Amino acid sequence: MSIKIEHLNYIYSQGTAYEKQALTDINLELPDGQFAGVIGHTGSGKSTLIQHLNGLIKATEGTVYYNGENIYAENYVMKDLRSRVGLVFQYPEYQLFEVDVFTDVCFGPKNLGLPKEEVEKRAYEALRQVGLKEKYFKKSPFELSGGQKRRAAIAGILAMQPEVLILDEPTAGLDPRGRDDILEQIARLHAERGITVVLVSHSMEDIAKYVERIIVMEKGRVRFDDTPKKVFEHDRELEQIGLAAPQVTYVMRELKNRGMDVDLCATTIDEAKQSILRCMAGRG
Amino acid sequence: MIRDITIGQYYPADSVIHRLDPRTKLVATLVFIISLFLFRSFAAYLVATAFLACVIRASKVPFRYMVRGLKAVLILLLITVLFNMFLTPGTPLVRIWKLTITREGLTTAVFMAIRLTYLIIGSSVMTLTTTPNQLTDGLEKGLRPLNKIHVPVHEVAMIMSIALRFIPILLEETDKIMKAQMARGADFESGGILRKAKSMVPLLVPLFISAFRRANDLAMAMEARGYHGGEGRTRMRPLQYHRRDGAAYLSLLVYLLAMYAAKRIAGF
Repeated sequence: MSIKIEHLNYIYSQGTAYEKQALTDINLELPDGQFAGVIGHTGSGKSTLIQHLNGLIKATEGTVYYNGENIYAENYVMKDLRSRVGLVFQYPEYQLFEVDVFTDVCFGPKNLGLPKEEVEKRAYEALRQVGLKEKYFKKSPFELSGGQKRRAAIAGILAMQPEVLILDEPTAGLDPRGRDDILEQIARLHAERGITVVLVSHSMEDIAKYVERIIVMEKGRVRFDDTPKKVFEHDRELEQIGLAAPQVTYVMRELKNRGMDVDLCATTIDEAKQSILRCMAGRG
Repeated sequence: MIRDITIGQYYPADSVIHRLDPRTKLVATLVFIISLFLFRSFAAYLVATAFLACVIRASKVPFRYMVRGLKAVLILLLITVLFNMFLTPGTPLVRIWKLTITREGLTTAVFMAIRLTYLIIGSSVMTLTTTPNQLTDGLEKGLRPLNKIHVPVHEVAMIMSIALRFIPILLEETDKIMKAQMARGADFESGGILRKAKSMVPLLVPLFISAFRRANDLAMAMEARGYHGGEGRTRMRPLQYHRRDGAAYLSLLVYLLAMYAAKRIAGF
């Protein structure tokens, strides 16, 4: 039960003047229930990669296995895969189209051919999960604020009850408060339902706090693939490819340089706080 | 990245033809097409073939791109040739059942085929080596005299270049929305006409909204930067004739003289 990618290559517009190798020899395995982060600079191939996971893009070379089955096999049912691997695109609010929020969230489960009661039950649940209040259910999606629209769009995917949830930059264009809210809710979903979550972002700050594994993409290749702590040890290399470790890492390093015996592995503000407090207590 | 996606068939390469002023290319294409119809002689077409071959060679665009445009007009080409071949009165050559091929018909058919083929290839050379934006710039500057008779040349050119710019953007947007709805289980392929039309709603509604949003944003961005129409507007990179353009016009003149000479001297 997992997603497995073997020797995946993808070339855009093959055979034309605009041919471009987007992904080169990707090998990955995503076990069930993992909370993984994919990070990379613009154009590093992270969006292209995740679109392979539910078969929206067909690899030029290589194979993708879902639960051990080759998704490029002739008799594989793509529609089935898409309901199990939910993909939330960047700026998902731009795909809202129905007359009201509730009907729009129903679109996904309805396409799965479920009975009406089940569709509505799932839509209702999904909207609750993203924390959208009931008074918005019957409003036009275009009357909502940016953050609310984003939630409604994410609910549209959740209502299909996928086993794997992939989110492409779910916080892009939101204010800090909205960003934290959405990330918290995703983390809660992962904890409560135990689904696999893949979070795509270009900001380490966003990712470091939640994920248990970070996949760093650079120019269509996997550069690092490890736990956040291990990945942040490469902060020099990360800077070279236009990324950075979270700011806490830099603070801790500077403290250590100035003679404080803090834990360099702290990746979140909380961990850093504990470590600094311990040091201070030790000194006092 | 989005900058180098252009519509039409622009083939990026670094060649003399690519660097020519778009006005030069527009005039040259026009002259070339007129010359095809002006000089009705095989000798002249030999000259045209040589000229076209040289230009294609210089443009560094692979030949298969040139002939791709022909596919679209293949049927038209066939019909023209067949009609001319069978329906032109004159001295009969071959008789098949009720249809006669005449000597005159055959010559006209061959002429027509050559003209149409060269016309397409000739204009392909232009569109393959000029970006749509350069083309509209060239048109704007070339047609500026029409301003005197109150033709809104600048506005028309602006509308053209914005429309051209929006095509790849909207195509990309369509692709994105389609994928997003497919991720929600939408099916755009199966079913009858009615079902297919219905399945377009989740695509068209967001697409229209996005088009209006983008148009609004663009209008605001243009106003914020002080755009007020074409009057008194200067360009960052004004079109300027260079020496190579002079050389190009000269070659064009030589070509025309050669065409004329070929027809007069060879006489077939």
